[in-house]
Amino acid sequence: MDSVANIILYFVVAICITIFSVMTVTSRKILRAATYLLFVLIGTAIFYFQLGYQFLGAVQIAVYAGGIMVLFVFSILLTRRPDDKAPLLDSHRRTLGVLVSVAGSVLLLLAIFFMPLIDGVSLSECIESGMTIDMKTIGHAFVGTDRFQYLLPFEAISILLLACIIGGVTVARKR
Amino acid sequence: MDLTMLWYLVPSVIMFAAGVYGFCTRKNMIALLISLELMLNSADLNFVVFNRFLFPGSMEGMVFTLFAIAIAAAETAIAISIIINIYREVGNTDINSVKQMRF
Repeated sequence: MDSVANIILYFVVAICITIFSVMTVTSRKILRAATYLLFVLIGTAIFYFQLGYQFLGAVQIAVYAGGIMVLFVFSILLTRRPDDKAPLLDSHRRTLGVLVSVAGSVLLLLAIFFMPLIDGVSLSECIESGMTIDMKTIGHAFVGTDRFQYLLPFEAISILLLACIIGGVTVARKR
Repeated sequence: MDLTMLWYLVPSVIMFAAGVYGFCTRKNMIALLISLELMLNSADLNFVVFNRFLFPGSMEGMVFTLFAIAIAAAETAIAISIIINIYREVGNTDINSVKQMRF
């Protein structure tokens, strides 16, 4: 049995995520779309906190809501005036988009409602029975080489980020 | 009333469908990238939810999501530098105005 506060928090965040993710893709002003995306990302971070992954929620806020959103806002302001509106969609394009997304979401909803894995375990039971994920556990998992430890992907990510920095500077510099 | 796995999967499906709609309808490259971020975010949320409800004794979904967030940051940075380069050459960021990527 979950606490009432948890359920209320879930409903507020879920409704926010639903509304703002639809507004992100339907808003004609792109700076507003980026702002709505920021709200969706913060809502997802609150879900992570609620599910018991505090480190992941902090990373989501720091990297997504902090870093990537700044990149988006800067690139929007560099490439167009902030009061520019996107042109109205032509009808067959909108029909295609609605058709694809509705068909896909109906398929996915059917799949998750009839998935045999789902049982009625509540969130509080899962958090009580699960392992506690503190910084020590995460640190050992990232720099170890045993089973379920991830030193090699960690180093690969660092090389990827270095390549990303060099690639970004090379592609975007003035010739 | 219990918060079960299904409750977290439904907002994730809606987020993904919104991302697909934006990806099909938008013409601005940055708007396409924003739709892509929505879809990536919904996949990340799914990893974490499956980890918490089906395998609460391990943390592999969380680690995978951490790596996915790092890769998404790298991908967004590269995509935005490409978009800025295209803007410098073509003058706008409309996908229909880019006929060839060789300048």
